[in-house]
Amino acid sequence: MASIRISVPETATSGEVIEIKALIQHPMESGFRRGSRGEVIEREIIKQFRCDYDGETVFEAEFFPAIAANPLLTFYTTATSSGALTFQWTDQNGETWTESASIEVT
Amino acid sequence: MSENSITPFLTRRSVLGMGAGAVLVSSLPIAAYAEQSDLDAAIFELFGDRPIEDGNVTLTLPPISENGFSVPLTVDVDSPMTAEDHITQIAVFSPRNPLADIARFKLGPRAGRASVSARIRLAGTQVITAVAETSQGRLLRGQAETVVTLAACVIL
Repeated sequence: MASIRISVPETATSGEVIEIKALIQHPMESGFRRGSRGEVIEREIIKQFRCDYDGETVFEAEFFPAIAANPLLTFYTTATSSGALTFQWTDQNGETWTESASIEVT
Repeated sequence: MSENSITPFLTRRSVLGMGAGAVLVSSLPIAAYAEQSDLDAAIFELFGDRPIEDGNVTLTLPPISENGFSVPLTVDVDSPMTAEDHITQIAVFSPRNPLADIARFKLGPRAGRASVSARIRLAGTQVITAVAETSQGRLLRGQAETVVTLAACVIL
């Protein structure tokens, strides 16, 4: 369902600080809005985001309703070795979406 | 009570006064929205009553946010990000949204640079606070204000 877009540099030198962008398509319904008949629209948000680099968690985020729809995160990590970065989003009901990207470190 | 005894109160001046009063009442913040005390409570809940130093945390927000639905926020913390001295956690708080918590980020020495960006919702003009925790247990605070022209107060 959810469309995910990741930006990770293809190559990096060892020790270089790289910028990572991760976007997931999600309404992030806050639970504070009301529908046309005045009924409260139920909360439906992503709660957790995690980025693992070679099996080690390098970045984590916890979201609240104040995160805008289609959450886009920009963060940094140090390029240590060639391998995969995995990104995982978990919503309030425990549903998860994952995506990975590989990086070549020289 | 006869109708005549009420009519004298409905002068032009009193009717105008009622209108002004209604505007004033309707513009008062709704109790469901967070206040400065809620923000302090949220910080206390997460970090306890440890002392917080101002500085070393830079929040970047647009001076004017035309749309409170999506406001770009960047938090930069001045830290060497070494194994001995790095930022472990950054938490962002709002004094005016329905919930004081906005987001929490966990970092490690491998981050290389203590900087995070996200897009947030804001229910009106306010001063956003970010608190960063270092690996040595110090707490650092930074603040930034933004003027929200289209508030997400109903739409949040």
